[in-house]
Order: sequence, then C-alpha cells, then structure tokens
Amino acid sequence: MTIECPTPRHEDEVVLLGHGAGGRLTAELLDRLILPSLNGEPGPLEDAALLPGYRELVISTDSFVVSPLFFPGGDIGSLAVHGTVNDLAMRGAWPIALSVSLIVEEGLALAELRAVMESLGKAAQEAGVPVVTGDTKVVGRGAADRLFVNTTGVGQRHGSLHPSAALARPGDAVLLSGPIGLHGTTVLSTREGLGFEGDIASDSRPLHRLVRALTPYGPDVHVLRDPTRGGLAAALNEIARDSAVTVEIEESAVPVPEAVAAACDLLGLDPLIVANEGCLVAFVTADAADDVLAAMRSLPEGAQAVRIGEVAAREPRGRVVLRTLVGARRIVEMPLGEQLPRIC
Amino acid sequence: MKYLDEYRDPVLARRLLDELRRTATRPWRIMEVCGGQTHTLVRQGIDELLPAGMRMIHGPGCPVCVTPLETLDRAMAVAARPGVILTSFGDMLRVPGTATDLLSLRARGADVRVVYAPMDAVRLAAEHPERDVVFLAVGFETTAPANATAVLHAARLGLTNFSMLVSHVLVPPAMTALLDDPDCEVQAFLAAGHVCAVMGWREYEPIAARYRVPIVVTGFEPLDLLEGILLAVRQLESGRCEVENQYARAVRRAGNTEAQDAVREVFRVTDRAWRGIGKLPGSGLELTEEYARFDAARRFDVGGLSPVEDPECIAGSILTGARLPTDCPAYGTRCTPRHPLGAPMVSSEGTCAAFHAAGRVRSTS
Repeated sequence: MTIECPTPRHEDEVVLLGHGAGGRLTAELLDRLILPSLNGEPGPLEDAALLPGYRELVISTDSFVVSPLFFPGGDIGSLAVHGTVNDLAMRGAWPIALSVSLIVEEGLALAELRAVMESLGKAAQEAGVPVVTGDTKVVGRGAADRLFVNTTGVGQRHGSLHPSAALARPGDAVLLSGPIGLHGTTVLSTREGLGFEGDIASDSRPLHRLVRALTPYGPDVHVLRDPTRGGLAAALNEIARDSAVTVEIEESAVPVPEAVAAACDLLGLDPLIVANEGCLVAFVTADAADDVLAAMRSLPEGAQAVRIGEVAAREPRGRVVLRTLVGARRIVEMPLGEQLPRIC
Repeated sequence: MKYLDEYRDPVLARRLLDELRRTATRPWRIMEVCGGQTHTLVRQGIDELLPAGMRMIHGPGCPVCVTPLETLDRAMAVAARPGVILTSFGDMLRVPGTATDLLSLRARGADVRVVYAPMDAVRLAAEHPERDVVFLAVGFETTAPANATAVLHAARLGLTNFSMLVSHVLVPPAMTALLDDPDCEVQAFLAAGHVCAVMGWREYEPIAARYRVPIVVTGFEPLDLLEGILLAVRQLESGRCEVENQYARAVRRAGNTEAQDAVREVFRVTDRAWRGIGKLPGSGLELTEEYARFDAARRFDVGGLSPVEDPECIAGSILTGARLPTDCPAYGTRCTPRHPLGAPMVSSEGTCAAFHAAGRVRSTS
C-alpha cells in the first residue's frame, strides 16, 4: 500500500460566512483587521462598553440577519430587542433606551414587515425599554436578504454589579441559568425544514430582570455572559482567555434538552457550540453560589439554573476543560467558524 | 432517541472500564474503523482511560478524509461552471482541494449549497429546471442507499438536470488492505455500526476467519464503545476470532435488505482511490450503465485536472492508523482546523480534528 500525503495550498483572501460565526475566525477578523483600523484600546471584548466619561452608562450595538425571519419561539424583531437588552445586562446594566435601524430589501411583503415591527414593539414594551430613535433604508432586490435589523442600546449599571469577562477568579463557581442549544437548533431546523421545529423553540427572551435579581450579591458576581454565537464553548473560552484562568465544567451537569441532543446528534453538531438567546453564565464566588442560584431560580427565566463547574487554579490558563461522562478530562476548544454537520 | 441517556450513563461507564481493566492482561491493539467512533473515543477521553499499554488505533473510516483529491478538484471545477448548483453535505465544503475549497469558492460567487439529504438536491433540480444541480455523493455503505434512492427518484421524475459526482467507498476492502500490510498492528476491529445497519455483518465473517481477527459491530455512544472494546478484549483474551454484535438495537446479521437492493440497482462495485492510501481494488461504488446519465463525471468534461499532493502532512499514516496526529510535526502548528493541510483535520470525524478539538497536544519530548 502506498502512503501519500495530501497537503493543499489554501486561499481565503475573501470574507467567509465563518468569519461571522462568533468563533475563532471572528476573533481573527477582529484582531487582525477590524480593531487595528479603529485604534481601539486593548482589553477584553465585552458584550457592552462603558460610555467614555459616564461611569454608570453602557452601550451596545448588534445587527440581526437571522433567516428565516420567523421561527418557533421568536422572530427577528423580538430577537433584536432581546439581543441588545441582554448584551447590556451582561455588564450589569438596565436598558434605558434603544435605537432600531432597518435595512429592508425591495419586495418584502408589508405584512411581514408589519409583523416583525409589531413583535419588536411588543418585546421592547415588555422589556420596559423605549425605542427612542431609528432609521429605515430600502435596498434593491438582491442587495439584502429580506430584512436586516440593527439595535443599539444604552443601559444604566446597577450600582453594585460590575461584571466583566476579565474578572473570573480561581474558586469561582460557574452557573448556567437554563438549558443550552435551543435557539441554534430551532433556527437551523426551521431554515432547513428538518422537522425538529415541533419539538423545540428558541429560548429568545430578555435577561435584564434575572440580572437585576443578582444585585444583592454585586461584588460576588464576577462575570456575566450570554452564550450566543459560538455557544457555551465560545463564551467560556472568551472568559478563560480574558481572565487568564482555567474553567472546568462537568459534562453531566450541562442541561441539554432531549430534542436538542437528538437534533445535534443527527446533524453532527455539538450542543456546546450551538447559539443561545435566553440563558446566561455567571461566575460567582463559591460562598455566594447557592444564594445566587436560589435568586436565579426564583424567576421564570432562571427556573432551571444549575451549577456546571468552577474556575480551577491550575494550568493551562486560558483553557476550558470538560470532565467527560466517563471521567476523563478534555479541552473544549474555541469553535472555529460555521458549524458543519457530519455525513454519517 | 430514547437510548441517549442510557448509553451515556457515567456510573455504567465506570463499571465497564473497571471490567475492562480486570479482563485485559496484555496491551492489545484495537482499531475502531469509523470516524464517528473515533470522535466519541477522543471526545470522551475513553482512549486515555484504557488499561495500561492498551491502544486504540484510529482507522480510515472518515469518508470525507478519504475522498480523493481528484474528486474534490473535479467538484470545484464543476461548481465553478455557470448555471451549476453544487450540493453536498456540510463536511465536504471545507476539505482542501489542490488550490482551494468549496467554501472559498462559494465566497467568490459559486452556487454551492449544503443539503441534509440527497433528496434535497433532487428537489432543487425539480425546482430549478434551468440549472444543473450536482450532488457530491461521498460516504461509506451508510449513505449509499439514500443516494441510490435519490437517483431512482430523479429517474422517476425524468429529471435531466440532476447528476451525482459519486465517490462512495466500502469498508471491508479497506480492512483487508490494512490486514494485508505486513506492518499492521491491528489485533481486533470495532466495525462501524451504521455501515452494518445497512450491510449486516455476513461479509465480515470470512475476514474474521481468514485473518484470525475478532470483529465487534459497535455503536457510537460512549457505552457502546466501552462495551465493544470489552467484547473485543474478551475474544482476544480467550483466543476467539468471531464477529460479534454489540449494536443489537440497530443491526441484524443480514442488514437492511431493501436498502441493499436499492444500492445494487443503481451502483456497481469498482476500484477506488482512497486519499492518503491509494487505489484499493473493489473498494468503491459507481453508477451502473443504466444510470450513467446521472453521472456528473461523464456529464461535465472538466479536463485538465492535476491534483497535487504535497509531502508535508502524514495523513496517509494517520488514515491507516500507523501513526497518531500528535506524531505529525505540522499538527497544531502549521496544520489546524483553521488551516488544514490534510482532510483528517477538516472533517468533524477526522482523527486529527478529533484530537485537536479535544485539546490533545504534541509531546515536546
């Protein structure tokens, strides 16, 4: 038998879809191209930024390009509100104002646009945040896919809560407010007509009230992060990197709904890297962990909160370690880019 | 999916591991044929919990990894044609060809689409009579029935704009090729449960007898793997060499005869080159003459293909289990999932990707 070695040349001087998937490719694009152009200050990339000169105000912006526009458990309108409200909340802030900017493709049915906007308005009202400014642009057919929405939010920080991705400390408990994988598998299943839509729905919801419930434990709450694109694996890797710690989680403790596990099995996806839109991870001191869990569980959006691991004082720093079902340890890598299903 | 939890039970897993440690008296070498099994073994760290000296050899059972470079280059040449919609399963899109990959090609404007079943490609062809829809059909015996059914369906619909680029491979010829290699260290096999769900295990019985090697048809969950390894070790310890079925919930001895009939109707056995291994006689499937009109390789004369394999990566040795990813000087440095040098680093079922995803690093000694 002859052994030959395939070594191709690579070319990727153009933007790939994976550059927007929230994993390692996104980080590369930011580090090598986007941030250097903006002369940004070095430091952790947070869900929301402190507004220069205003210690208690934070700002966050996010664009929503989800396809399809409507999916079980939500739509692009409500998602645009929840996404930005949650980004503000992850810095310990209460949303005080939103802007909404629309890019609409020529030909979109007005009925669909109306349905999205009504959902967006309702979501903002339910979150208690006014939409104070906005913009609408229409582009020619083919120049955008139906509808893109950008929301920018300004939030006021709760006095005692100053979480940051760089504040995880050895000994911290890692808490997760609810099951993972629902949003990503629901959207994928709906888009591709895979038939799981009847069993699962997106977890899209606002988390600012859940965060407010943590204010009594302010100094004990070190990190808050909602694991959206790139899922739990990306969120934990970012925290481990920005805090220079090792995060250890217990595979059997991570709640994966059965329908999500089934869909992921069929598609060859790892639930750890599937996007969520309605849960958060919290790194809190070990002493406060039980109280914080109880506070989370007192609200519907935290009813299934669990402890999934802790921050270890061991090498390698900056890594996430999973204790597997059979008792071995493996490193959870930062996801690369687009998730690609297995073929057999 | 009611089986998921019971095949992922940590307590049962530890019991099986203890039993394995009590049973194994020698450093046996067992090959898991299938990439899905490799993935579970490495992801769960099962291979690191085995009794001292015992080793799993990761086999060539990742159809993405063994798809010949020429097929990939051909797929890309076809995808670059105007009017073509090239479809495939997601894994194939990142596999490096000679100069590029399908994802990069898509970013440059080619119409390359991920489908989840070959029937989706047939549906696309029916919806777009003005376009040529090509399905890149790779995989072992597992995916062949669905691909055969898609061809039969396209024939029934009378579609003239649907074709397949077929690169199916068969497991038993690869096993015998490995066993014929004088350097082969494999003492027992875990056969791929999904392949056997289609084919059954009758064709493995002569292999077990002729080469005196135990073969255990095994599933993909952590407990499946542990039980399959335990059954193989029990056979080795007692000097038996039989085909055993650990995956009884999915596999019968005769397999799925309806699926086999569909495959036989549409495909015939042919010689096939395996990337990194070379040509293996009778190890692939191609469309029969009756369905040749659906053969994209005949329909699109792309010509001028000159696939170039560079001698840096050791994918061939990885695919035959002769070496581990961590033996490769490029592993984790010049070769990563971000910039794969070889296919085993691309597919989620590739051994190198499985090692990398589990954070395995090269020893610096």
